[in-house]
Amino acid sequence: MIDTVGLVFVGFGLFFDLAGCLGLVRLPDVYNRLQASTKCVTLGTCSILFGTFLITGINGAGIKALLCIVFVALTSPVAAHAIARASHRGGVKLWKGTVVDRYAEDQEGEA
Amino acid sequence: MRALRWTLGAIVLIAVIVLIIHRPPAMPFFPDMPFAGFVTRALYILVLAALLVLFRIRKGPTAADRVMAIDILGVLIVGICAVVSIATQRSWYIDIAIAWALQSFIGALAFAKYLEGRSFDD
Amino acid sequence: MKSRIVLFIVSLIVWSALSWAVDWQHLVIGVLVSVLVAAAAGDLFVRRPHLLRHPARYFYFLFAYLPLLLWEIVRANLDVAMRVLNPALPIRPGIVKIRSKLRSETGLTFLANSITLTPGTMTVDVDAESGTLYIHWIAVRSTDPEEATKAIAGRFEPLLLKIFEEDVVE
Repeated sequence: MIDTVGLVFVGFGLFFDLAGCLGLVRLPDVYNRLQASTKCVTLGTCSILFGTFLITGINGAGIKALLCIVFVALTSPVAAHAIARASHRGGVKLWKGTVVDRYAEDQEGEA
Repeated sequence: MRALRWTLGAIVLIAVIVLIIHRPPAMPFFPDMPFAGFVTRALYILVLAALLVLFRIRKGPTAADRVMAIDILGVLIVGICAVVSIATQRSWYIDIAIAWALQSFIGALAFAKYLEGRSFDD
Repeated sequence: MKSRIVLFIVSLIVWSALSWAVDWQHLVIGVLVSVLVAAAAGDLFVRRPHLLRHPARYFYFLFAYLPLLLWEIVRANLDVAMRVLNPALPIRPGIVKIRSKLRSETGLTFLANSITLTPGTMTVDVDAESGTLYIHWIAVRSTDPEEATKAIAGRFEPLLLKIFEEDVVE
């Protein structure tokens, strides 16, 4: 029974991983791609790891999978934030359909 | 034009996924283990996702795209390690996953600093 | 000194979870490594150890913040998946500015990470002194700072104020 639940979690994770990678291919600029891929791939991988925890049960490997969930969930948004800020400061253009860019306006005001 | 591309891509992707689920190209990697069929199909789907990421690494117009794609690839590899550890019942695949997650995080941060054009000391 | 003790306990817990074998050899090595880590890191990570003594903060973190975050993450993923799979690609991106009442670094970090994981928004930059966050929003609904603050941070901010800020202690 609990194995089935774990396999269902792994299946959800696979779906979200695939959707995130599809977003990586389809969306137009770095910032949009970061949004889609970070969210979907983080939840997908966390879901796969939780399924692993359910299937293996409470032993060494299961607890390590839980710790790995914590690590991935903490580090992945920080990495996305760092890359987004670096690419904005490094001068990567936003997509041409972008509505508003307060960040560039404020930086020009400072300089 | 975009609708045509979407249709073509959807047809190809759905065909590949149906092929993977219905009849995987090479059946079980781990014939004696539990969940062998499921794990084989899951590995094929993850490899398909990794191929999409590789396409972005190959094409990506800016360096930021490539760095981001490599970071995402690291998170995908964590998932692959977890799936392999389900099949083989070895706990050290999860060790590899943890080490890979932290390592890829540090690598992404270092690349972000480099892209920003600043020195490493602030 | 207090922050080192907290760091020692946390690293010992992580070590025990990683090794997961209760015998004295693992424990001795774990204690040695934790002492080393705590001595080397000092008060780099835990700046305000007196905040860890209020049980209400743990209660809010575990039973109000985490379920809300989990629900928002699932919603965010369904939202992004629908946008990606839609043939028309319905996006209207933009970078907006919001103001937060949080001042502590931990609180702002948690707010930024929560915003990154919730529907359609991602933190681009944080200015800790004025509490300003620049948010990349995949479907901009309003460019006004007050309205954007209400739409993006409205659900998390009261909880994080209760958890991480010093003044709001009951």
